[in-house]
Amino acid sequence: MIYSVTGHYSLILGLCVGLALVYFSIRNFRNSNQLDTKILTFSFLQLFFVLVSFISLIISFIISDFSNETVFNNSHTTKPLFYKISGTWGNHEGSLLLWLLVLTIFIFIFILRTNNQPIKYKILTVGFQQVIIIGFFLFLIQTSNPFNYLFPVPDEGLGLNPILQDPALAIHPPILYLGYVGSSIIFSSALAATTLKIVSTSWAIHIKKWVLISWIFLTLGILLGSIWAYYELGWGGFWFWDPVENVSLMPWLALTTLLHCILVLERKEILTSWVIILSIATFTLSMCGTFLVRSGILNSVHTFANDPERGLFILVFLFALIFLSLFIFFFFHQTSKNNSSNFFWLSKETSILVNNWFMMYFLSVVLIGTVYPIFLDVISSQKISVGPPFYHKLIAPFLIPFLFAMAIGPRLKWIRSDLKDKIYLISLLIISILISFFIVKNFNTNILINTILISSALYLFFITLRDFFSKKYKNFAQNTAHFGFSLLILSILFNNLFSSEIITNLKVGETYDNSKTKIVFESINQKKEKNYKSIIANFNITNSEGINNNLSPELRIYNQPNITTSEADIKTTLMKDKFIVINLVQNQDYFNVRYQVKPFMLWIWLSVIMISLGGLVSFLQKRI
Amino acid sequence: MKKKLIPYSIILIFLIIFAVFYKSLKDTNIYTPETKINNDIPIFSAELLLSNENSNSTEIFELDKFYLLNIWASWCVPCRDEHPILMSLSKNNKLIIIGMNYKDNKKNAKKFLDELGNPYEKIIVDKNGTNSIEWGAFGVPETFIIYNNKIIKKYIGPLNNELLIEIQKIIK
Repeated sequence: MIYSVTGHYSLILGLCVGLALVYFSIRNFRNSNQLDTKILTFSFLQLFFVLVSFISLIISFIISDFSNETVFNNSHTTKPLFYKISGTWGNHEGSLLLWLLVLTIFIFIFILRTNNQPIKYKILTVGFQQVIIIGFFLFLIQTSNPFNYLFPVPDEGLGLNPILQDPALAIHPPILYLGYVGSSIIFSSALAATTLKIVSTSWAIHIKKWVLISWIFLTLGILLGSIWAYYELGWGGFWFWDPVENVSLMPWLALTTLLHCILVLERKEILTSWVIILSIATFTLSMCGTFLVRSGILNSVHTFANDPERGLFILVFLFALIFLSLFIFFFFHQTSKNNSSNFFWLSKETSILVNNWFMMYFLSVVLIGTVYPIFLDVISSQKISVGPPFYHKLIAPFLIPFLFAMAIGPRLKWIRSDLKDKIYLISLLIISILISFFIVKNFNTNILINTILISSALYLFFITLRDFFSKKYKNFAQNTAHFGFSLLILSILFNNLFSSEIITNLKVGETYDNSKTKIVFESINQKKEKNYKSIIANFNITNSEGINNNLSPELRIYNQPNITTSEADIKTTLMKDKFIVINLVQNQDYFNVRYQVKPFMLWIWLSVIMISLGGLVSFLQKRI
Repeated sequence: MKKKLIPYSIILIFLIIFAVFYKSLKDTNIYTPETKINNDIPIFSAELLLSNENSNSTEIFELDKFYLLNIWASWCVPCRDEHPILMSLSKNNKLIIIGMNYKDNKKNAKKFLDELGNPYEKIIVDKNGTNSIEWGAFGVPETFIIYNNKIIKKYIGPLNNELLIEIQKIIK
């Protein structure tokens, strides 16, 4: 009770501080000899209030204070402490409070760490950022207050959705938010720099750190979500092209492109329009994702509650930001004379431009696939859903030239270049084509496209692998990220090609046997935990090579709320995952058993970690 | 003038996007049966599941009788939920139930019917899902009521007791 009151009032105080900050920024901007110390103090104050509010919510969750509506809706006394805490951001209200917390932390760090930039720019960035922060404050207090009071106080809460009770998911939202919110700093600072016409090399060097930070977190956030989907949703896939996954992929694509443009801009004053538009796009796409997910237009596990009022607020706010940034872009930005048209065709600049256009293509495919069903529904009230084949068909062919460009591009020099060691490059190409042909030959599916796809990924793989050992090649960060990407594509391709699946219904004691695999359903155990009952099935699986595995998938029947989830049992080895999941067949003693062998699963996760590691290296690197 | 064209058109595009999102917020996203019912059923020929014979639409659907076409699959969990309702409908002799087995494995499909019972008079095999698309299905399960070669009603998602009563009213 006391915590709810504290939390609520410190939110209101935080909003007031935000308004004061806007006032100080305007005053300071007019007379900007030095940064008003009040800006720093008040930013700290704002951070403090939001932190108090956030901690109050966590405490309310820990002590199961059911007079708080959010706690009542999302917690339960029998839940383990860990999930009580993670439940704080496992719901709409709490996750927005977390978002606000990250926003205030980031702007505070921004003020502290930005030293060699014009004062006006700093003030203006704070101003723009405060507009966003105030928007979120209003949103939180108006439509999704986490501290609503319930009377009479219920004895027991409704519980957290069991599929969200998972360690990966406890840290997935905070990490993803760090990425999303980092993009808000990029957004405000790009707007500030455009207004002051200082989009330049020195600005690029300064903002690059922020781009890298949000990029790393966004990459890891997406990875965690994907890992969670893999073992918890029980479908055995890692990416479903679900709209909710897509809305996190879109900012990532925009941010990756932005990162590459920044790399150019920190050397030469070109591509400025690209940089500004991408900075705006990254943040608006993140916001757009929030809108789509939270408004209930898209239905998914991420949809916490369908409240049109919330959707309307985000929609108006989002478009206000879009129009503001469009206005600033068209009004203040002047493209410089030495424009992108006069690059020499074989140079690093051109290759980055090529990368940009490919990325924009991928982005539009994902965007259209996600948003088009909504448009079609509104315009012609037809319901369609866009599935994986759409994305695969549109993306896979374009990956081929993209991968080749990724292999060749970084080897080029700035301004003007010619390819050295052509023989080496061509011989590697031939080797990759041959290897991939031998791999694909044994499978009578689509030999041509698979061979080319695998060989292009292999090509990138070999070239980046060799560059690790080559002395004259210094860009370790870039090489790691590109190597990781080639590994990712290879793992995904092999995973698709070589996966096998058995679906069958079995009773205890029964055996399924085809020529390759033998599945023995040995026994069933029951277990009772604090917040769920579980049925554990024991399987013994023998494959054609005689290797024996015991796997024990589980069905959990949660008490609050009463939902059954299936926990897959996965045996991960270096080269392949064995994945088994069971489901109840109603009113029968049969279980529906799904067994999959998925090669290279581990490598998909590892390669994404490697990609973000590349970002981390670049972040830690001192500029040479 | 030409310079201003780009900003204005971009702003216009965003305004349209805003309008679309705004409208979709107001719409509910509960699936409603399509309004374009009363369409003729598609003409097709396909394999039948249990007899392994081929058959076509004119053989299966005769005039002046009520048919219920149910699209199902053994892997589809909601299909299991609605199965008892189909079983109870199959006892009604005014209605002939036809199944369409969507993207399924024959062995699993037969096992499904062995477990839960077979309410279907005939089962059309739709191995690659094209037949279901011609019927205008969005997914499984889906149910169509057919009379005189016309689709008179369509239900998306599993049947429930309310819909059971509704169907019984229609065939009366």
